[in-house]
Amino acid sequence: MWTVPSIPPEVYLVLSGILFTIGVIGALTRRNAIVVFMSIELMLNAVNLSFITFSRFLQSMDGVVFAFFVMAVAAAEAAVGLAIFVMLYRSRETINVDEVNLLKW
Amino acid sequence: MAENIGNLFQWLIFLGAGFLSILASILVITRKNPIHSALFMVLTFLCVAVLYILLHSQFIAIIQVVVYAGAIVMLIVFVIMLLDLEEELRRGLKIVYSKVIGSFLALIFLLGILYSVVARSPAGKVGVYDLDKMKTSTKTFGEVLFTKYLFPFEVVSILLVAAIIGAVVLSKRRR
Repeated sequence: MWTVPSIPPEVYLVLSGILFTIGVIGALTRRNAIVVFMSIELMLNAVNLSFITFSRFLQSMDGVVFAFFVMAVAAAEAAVGLAIFVMLYRSRETINVDEVNLLKW
Repeated sequence: MAENIGNLFQWLIFLGAGFLSILASILVITRKNPIHSALFMVLTFLCVAVLYILLHSQFIAIIQVVVYAGAIVMLIVFVIMLLDLEEELRRGLKIVYSKVIGSFLALIFLLGILYSVVARSPAGKVGVYDLDKMKTSTKTFGEVLFTKYLFPFEVVSILLVAAIIGAVVLSKRRR
């Protein structure tokens, strides 16, 4: 009788790595600040996936708690980051990250 | 036999949600219109929430839908609507060498991740929360959060208050 194996942790980690790399490529190649921000959210999400995977397969609750904290930090980051984008648009009329060089010396 | 069918369905759900999430996240970073990117990001987050349910973390799956797909993406869409982003739409996506090099380095990074994942299976001290306890994982999560991680939990609440005050101060009009 042919048996179906249960899903090993490695495939979840591979998926998490692929999602993280897509986020990295997005953050490096896009110039719209909001899309860069979305790519960062994708990366945080991929990290959460690997946290939950390890927590499930090492049978520990700590990874779930860390994923919860990551989500809280992502929410705080969204609130402040988007307020910064609105301010930036008010003063510079653009949120293209190539044209925003106020801190460049 | 029943276990076989259960595993088969788990594989089907995993493959479906996994490929859909990869496809949706590729669309997030390639669409020119930021609104489309935000909507595909909702799709990615929903697929990952399905994976969390497959991993027996119901609470995190619900939080994923409510906080990520609900609150954060709603905020992003709201800000996109406030700003006038027509300019980038007209200009389109430019390909420059630095982007190609950056993407190439990111792909090498992906190879590193894949090697480190496949080379050794994840090893470590196995905890006490086995599959039976994970069936009520929301309850055990609450117990762990309010006993072992009580202090970090309080610190996170201060962080959220600081973020709210920061957002209010930043978006207040100077006079």
